[in-house]
Amino acid sequence: MRLELEKRAEHSRTMAVLSPLLALVLTLISGAIMFALLGQDPVRALYTFFIEPLTASWSLQELVVKAAPLILIAVGLAVCYLSNTWNIGAEGQFTFGAIAGSLLPIVFPGFESPLTLPLMLLMGIAGGMLWGAIPAFLKIRFGANEILTSLMLVYVAQLFLDWLVRGPWRDPEGFNFPESRLFSDAAILQPLADGRMHVGALFALLAVIAMSVILMKTLKGFEVRVLGQAPRAGQFAGFSRNKMVLFAFLLSGGLAGLAGISEVSGSINQLTPVISPGYGFTAIIVAFLGRLNPIGIFIAGFLLALSYLGGEAAQVSLGLSDKTTRVFQGMLLFYVLACDTLILYRIRLTRAYAPSGKEA
Amino acid sequence: MTQDHETNPPPGAGTRRSGEVLLEARGITKQFGDVRANDDVSLVLRAGEIHALLGENGAGKSTLVKILYGALEPNAGTLHWRGAPVRISSPAEARALGIGMVFQHFSLFEALTVAENIALALPGGTPLRDLSKRIRSVSQDYGLALDPDAIVADLPVGIRQRIEIVRCLLQEPKLIIMDEPTSVLTPQEADQLFLTLERLTAEGCAILYISHRLEEVKRICHHATIMRHGKVVMECDPAQETAGSLARLMVGSAVHDLKRGAQAAEGGPRLELRGLSAPPDGPFSVALQDINLSVTGGEVVAIAGIAGNGQGELFDLLSGERRAQDSGAIVIDGTASGHLGITLRRRQGCGFVPEERLGHGAVPGLRLSENIVLTRHGTGDGLVRGGMLDMGLARRMEQRIKSNFDVRMSHDDPEARALSGGNLQKFVIGRELDRTPGVLVVNQPTWGVDAGAAALIRQELIDLSRQGSAVLVISQDLDEIFEVADRIAVISRGHLSPAEPAAQLTRERIGLLMGGLEEGQGKAGHAA
Amino acid sequence: MGGYESIILTVITAATPLLLAAIGELVVERSGVLNLGVEGMMIVGAVLGFAGAQATGSAYIGALCALGAGMGLALLFGFLTLHLVANQVATGLALTLLGLGLAGMIGEAFVGQPGIRLERLHIPGLSTLPFIGPVLFGQDLLVYLSLALVAGVSFVLFRTRAGLIIRAVGDNHGSAHALGVSVIRVRYFAVLFGGACAGLAGGYLSLAYTPQWVEGMTAGRGWIALALVVFSTWRPLRLLAGAYLFGAVGILQFHAQAGGVAIPSQFLTALPYLATIVVLVIISRNRVLTRINTPACLGQPFVPDR
Repeated sequence: MRLELEKRAEHSRTMAVLSPLLALVLTLISGAIMFALLGQDPVRALYTFFIEPLTASWSLQELVVKAAPLILIAVGLAVCYLSNTWNIGAEGQFTFGAIAGSLLPIVFPGFESPLTLPLMLLMGIAGGMLWGAIPAFLKIRFGANEILTSLMLVYVAQLFLDWLVRGPWRDPEGFNFPESRLFSDAAILQPLADGRMHVGALFALLAVIAMSVILMKTLKGFEVRVLGQAPRAGQFAGFSRNKMVLFAFLLSGGLAGLAGISEVSGSINQLTPVISPGYGFTAIIVAFLGRLNPIGIFIAGFLLALSYLGGEAAQVSLGLSDKTTRVFQGMLLFYVLACDTLILYRIRLTRAYAPSGKEA
Repeated sequence: MTQDHETNPPPGAGTRRSGEVLLEARGITKQFGDVRANDDVSLVLRAGEIHALLGENGAGKSTLVKILYGALEPNAGTLHWRGAPVRISSPAEARALGIGMVFQHFSLFEALTVAENIALALPGGTPLRDLSKRIRSVSQDYGLALDPDAIVADLPVGIRQRIEIVRCLLQEPKLIIMDEPTSVLTPQEADQLFLTLERLTAEGCAILYISHRLEEVKRICHHATIMRHGKVVMECDPAQETAGSLARLMVGSAVHDLKRGAQAAEGGPRLELRGLSAPPDGPFSVALQDINLSVTGGEVVAIAGIAGNGQGELFDLLSGERRAQDSGAIVIDGTASGHLGITLRRRQGCGFVPEERLGHGAVPGLRLSENIVLTRHGTGDGLVRGGMLDMGLARRMEQRIKSNFDVRMSHDDPEARALSGGNLQKFVIGRELDRTPGVLVVNQPTWGVDAGAAALIRQELIDLSRQGSAVLVISQDLDEIFEVADRIAVISRGHLSPAEPAAQLTRERIGLLMGGLEEGQGKAGHAA
Repeated sequence: MGGYESIILTVITAATPLLLAAIGELVVERSGVLNLGVEGMMIVGAVLGFAGAQATGSAYIGALCALGAGMGLALLFGFLTLHLVANQVATGLALTLLGLGLAGMIGEAFVGQPGIRLERLHIPGLSTLPFIGPVLFGQDLLVYLSLALVAGVSFVLFRTRAGLIIRAVGDNHGSAHALGVSVIRVRYFAVLFGGACAGLAGGYLSLAYTPQWVEGMTAGRGWIALALVVFSTWRPLRLLAGAYLFGAVGILQFHAQAGGVAIPSQFLTALPYLATIVVLVIISRNRVLTRINTPACLGQPFVPDR
């Protein structure tokens, strides 16, 4: 038996929809097997992981809180990946955006005005864009591989944050804990309802709508797709590859920076050495699971947010490691990539060739 | 068909059909999805014979050859080597039997040396140093001198083909398959190749010669098998046929004659190149040196040349995908335009069609309507307003181009990759002709396109020029050039010869120019 | 031990995991495949190497477990990218994310446990020589293996037919296929070799570098190894030089701190990452050099027509 791929004449639009669903089912099956191997009742474990968090109103709010940064970042990454620009350093752009935006409430805590929050958000976006602009510049100017440079900058941003909260930005009244001072009310994104959900969720929604329009209806979106699929044809169309690299990095960096400052301002209310459970990396999975389509990303963002909550729930009620979440996320991305093959190829298993012996 | 022929050889074909039967294919059938690329194909190859395999693009020649060489497996049918049934399931097995192959698109490794390239095709065990010696002696013996230590990337196409042939010869094959071997050669280089082939057949080797150059087949082949739509339609002795009769057998209908009409009244120059030079833009690229050319409205000028002599680089500079250093080196309708990008040049009324259809002229995964936006988003057609796309208009334009240029498709507005080569080329050219450009630059307008579509495209190019536009065709196909061109220039190693009226040029002289024998301006006139 | 001697010894231990991971990836990339999952294979190698050593009491069996773990993940990568022609960049990222998750989950039980160290070899008479003894003759097996691999890969790639085939497949997979080379099989071998090396590199971390399990202990070394391959322009001997250079940068922080240099530790920790960026920029700015040396098919999908 041999596995053969047969190229389809065109993309299968059915498979484009079915492939993420198929990947999800395969992940759940693999998850059940994994739980069984860990000595758990697979049905109960899957229930705890994926259903239980949806049964309480506080955890639904928490779902939105976790989905918002994932969606914000992933929408930007989608533009990168569609244009064949490989920004994998969103985690660093998220972190640097959070740092830049926190400058105001930490260094100038007395500056409390209606302008405080908008300024913080703008500075967060600018910080993310700046951090994203570095790999873009190195790629354009020197041809340095953006995958490696953007990733290296994640470590640099995290170490920079670590230094800040242990050094110059440490709360003078914080008993030497590695934390910044708490933000004043003027620097905090207001809750949307009575709970943890805050205005950051609206940013994610707006980003999804805006990117849907840009990608489907505008020349810029067309440019993104052309340069991603056929750079030579993009050049022939008069589009600039270099400008696209810069555009994609600035856009995704800015959105990651916005996610970073929103998270700090809306959820944590201060800077700590670790401000993200890996949103910047999980967003890569969100982007692919959503098939690089803003609407798909919106749905995928909630699913991955659910995996974070499920991990916590499983830890509490089943005593499972919270690392199970990341295994689930990793498996999901693997299955998504495998199932995406079906969009452009038919797969069949064939027996080895046997000559028919037909005589002429 | 084969058996009929075995018992009743057509007159004239029997003289050389006496060699030992080396390879016989019986009832070969190969299916790709819905397409039957080979349908019950049978073929007999004999020692000491040059056997032509003729057919249009898409007739199934390449598929058959790949099956004979073990690169593809047939769905049905059998192969026999010297009368005994064999299964050839890999090229290595084919080589072990004594079958060698010279590929059309060279199967060479650019980053490796000549000796390493050859070693890959031979069974292991020979130290590279001994192999280099053998390469030197065999290549000199056959008049195909090679330096075994040269890196392939540094070598011109003519030499690259020598590598392929020497690689094949070192395997001491009994049957050599050659796929369009002369398509990259000057007429003089081709003559040298034919001498080598004659010597090989005299030594008892069989040659399967795939070509669509009928004059050449008539001249050197002893027997011909003609394929159409995956089937063998005829076997014959090509010497007994005329080029016209062979062409009819290949195409299956009368070959189109182009209507040239008179050249339009003297127009002004619309596209001028004045001392255009450019350094190479990469390690494997050619420098252009002091290129001068003027194309007036109403005429078709063709640039002939062997692939890799700067055609691609020249096209990129003409289209504006690469800017010229001196803006005055490219003048479009009197305006210095060398510094302008491709979109601005299109706004000046230029249209461009690159050599590569998929990936350069069109995006494979996008629909045809979207591919219209590719070249026409900035030309004032109203496709983009305030940054927003009007896809409804794009679809109407797609309909119009489809019906005006006879682009055939299985369903409405498919992705570009789903079209056949000929239909996609009609679309890519139609997309530009639809604007009636004042200047049209086309690189290899009918490369890999079936004869019907090629005739239609060539006619469109002539018609456009007769409406007052300047048409510049870059082509490797001399037949095509003589069909469409009013004047012809030849590019060789980045130099362009002065354009001369087509009627005053012979193939031989073009061949000499292609070989760079008259390089440098002002030395023209040394016709052989 | 003198000061210089201990510095050289720490450079060797810091360089060895980079060298192991990078020499494997070099072969993978020479065959035309870009596996960005080195970090993931390394960390799973680290945790399973540790687990294997704990379970059997033998660091050597631990190293074998690490090797097997890397190959297992590489097989998964190979199936997706070679059989299913999935995007190599995305699949490599997936491998890293999955590896980090798996390693975290498996390793939870081992946090804080003392590990088993790979023994240093003692060659009687030689390893007790002053200075050069411990440096040249008193290393553990994996250090020698990493050096042997550099020599071996260099020899195989440029002096043997197998190496010629690997380079040919990376240069032009279409032609290699036309000549009858099984492109996919060659690439599977290369990918598995790369996985074995990355696994061993991870095992070295948890069995020799710091014999314990710490969550996220690879700390980006897999990515630095990838950058080293670019830096080496796909040549094993330059890779050796690069790995030792980075080993030196990596241990600078300890010695700078011990020497009382008043630079925040975070900045010193960031040095290898910044150095990676600098090195990438320096090597990439010479575009002709990189373009000539980069395997032409690197990262390109290959689907044979059958």
